[in-house]
Amino acid sequence: MSAVASPRPHPRQGFGLRRWWPLAIVALVVLAAIFAPWLAPYDPNQQNLIGRLKPPGTVSRAFHYWLGSDELGRDVLSRIIYGSRVSLVVAFASVILSGTVGTTLGMIAAYRRGWTETVVMRVVDVFLSIPAVLLAIITVAVLGPSLVNVILVLALTRWPRYARIAYSQTLSVATMPYVRLAALMGAGATRVLFRHVLPNIIGAVSVVATLEFGLMVLFEAGLSFLGLGVQPPTASWGSMLSTGRNYVATAWWVATLPGLCLFVLVLAVNLTGDAVRDRLDPRFR
Amino acid sequence: MSVTDVPVLAIDDLVIDIGGNRIVDHVSLSLGSGRILAIVGESGCGKSLTALSVLGLLPKAARITGGEIRLNGRDLLPLGEAALSDIRGNEATIIFQEPVASLNPLMRVGEQVEEALRLHRGLSANAARGEAIAMMARVGIPDASRRARQYPFELSGGMCQRIMIAAALICRPALLIADEPTTALDVTIQAQILELMRDLRGDVGSAIVLITHDMGVVADLADDVCVMYGGRIVESGPVEPIFAAPRHPYTKLLLATIPTLQGQRKMTLRTIEGMVPSAESWPDGCRFRTRCPLADEACVATPPLADVGPGHAAACWHSADVEALA
Ligand SMILES: Nc1ncnc2c1ncn2[C@@H]1O[C@H](COP(=O)(O)OP(=O)(O)O)[C@@H](O)[C@H]1O
Ligand SMILES: [Mg+2]
Repeated sequence: MSAVASPRPHPRQGFGLRRWWPLAIVALVVLAAIFAPWLAPYDPNQQNLIGRLKPPGTVSRAFHYWLGSDELGRDVLSRIIYGSRVSLVVAFASVILSGTVGTTLGMIAAYRRGWTETVVMRVVDVFLSIPAVLLAIITVAVLGPSLVNVILVLALTRWPRYARIAYSQTLSVATMPYVRLAALMGAGATRVLFRHVLPNIIGAVSVVATLEFGLMVLFEAGLSFLGLGVQPPTASWGSMLSTGRNYVATAWWVATLPGLCLFVLVLAVNLTGDAVRDRLDPRFR
Repeated sequence: MSVTDVPVLAIDDLVIDIGGNRIVDHVSLSLGSGRILAIVGESGCGKSLTALSVLGLLPKAARITGGEIRLNGRDLLPLGEAALSDIRGNEATIIFQEPVASLNPLMRVGEQVEEALRLHRGLSANAARGEAIAMMARVGIPDASRRARQYPFELSGGMCQRIMIAAALICRPALLIADEPTTALDVTIQAQILELMRDLRGDVGSAIVLITHDMGVVADLADDVCVMYGGRIVESGPVEPIFAAPRHPYTKLLLATIPTLQGQRKMTLRTIEGMVPSAESWPDGCRFRTRCPLADEACVATPPLADVGPGHAAACWHSADVEALA
């Protein structure tokens, strides 16, 4: 950029692929999840005991294992494609649930102040002081492992992150004259919060949300890795990592390839966060 | 409105205390439909608090301990928050000094002009949009339908103040309070905004309370003046007699602060000696006596606001001597 001062915070950067490739990768994974039945070459649960732990490219009976096969002779490529569904559903659902709950509570706490603020923010402190993974593990262990329980547990443990950022952002936005003015002119708390405050804090919240999204993909993998997530034979990247680790020395592809997918997806999601934040603020357009 | 005998705003004997200090001391004023009343005085004289009390917007520390405020005959002080928020933005409204901060940076300005209509009239977005654009055009925003889709950062400070005025007037309020509306703007824009306010009062018919510390603005715009000092009205009445023959030394000194341009030469620019003392150190009796050139032992007693002409009152023991003051 030239040294000429610009009235906008950041002049618009390159608009092309350089800025949007992370989003392209996220979109690719989403499409893969949606169209899994058409994209996956084989049924992800179909076993082929003769073709166990075959390296990428092997042809065995009716299977052509592009990315190898696992310990039951199932096609790793098909399982990765189907496994993306679990990762995305869990991550999307838990981020939306915890984000909505946390942001709403944080905004209300900061706007109402008084005892509402005290109660909400002390609960937040308590939740944030318990290791989230531990809380998740205990809760799933009690409730029993299932996709829905994983989502609920992640939502339950993660909302305080959103509450805290929404709270601090709302505190500063609420002192702005336009917010006070709207309230004075007869806008109720709901209207003030969702029409005036939320648009001004959604950028900060969405940055947290994208970081959390990546984290939720990892959490789901972690829970599945521990056997507390989706149950066999359903494919998930976490459970593939979990079983594949037994064969890393002899069949590296079983664990490494879903791990790589996990890594690329989380990276892409995190990088998308910045781009999303910029798009939400008209000053950056 | 044809009900001319009921003033739009009538403040009677208003008393406001903050932490034991009498910040607004028995203030009375009245304002008819379509008229402009200026409240003048230096910073800290209680102008804003007087105005804010009308809309129930006093800071938490402030307590109204006496008096009455009537809007179109209706007593406002007993009203609860719900009734007041029905009135604010609808029957009575206020615009502040900082137009840019008063606008939501992430909302299109058109939507912000519509806001009061949607809140108070329950209009649909489409109906409100049309009225908002018409009002924006009315307050001198060129190409209003395109501007309506822009964000505040795309507009200048003067444009933002026009947007604020449009938003304030969209419900055609009976009363508009403008608290130093042009102080944050540069001089040429100031003149344009004042011009606009003068035009609008005929058009929209709102009565305007204009708060300012600038006597030049008063001369330009107001019908009536209340000069405040130390939380009290020291002189009030129609603009012409007060400008022609002020009867309180503080008014006289305020008038002397208006810069007069004669050719290239600036003739007089007098600033009043000293500062407004803070509320804790206001003297007994006449509060201006610590800075007043006419003060003597009589001023230890509080002078009443006494009639000195038709509709013209001053609170000074020496009001007859003010004319002779250099
Ligand atoms: N929130 C507040 N708390 C305590 N004192 C205040 C507050 N607001 C105003 N005051 C005091 O009230 C007096 C009048 O203030 P104000 O009405 O804002 O004056 P003006 O508008 O004439 O400049 C000042 O002396 C100021 O110190
Ligand atoms: Mg003020």
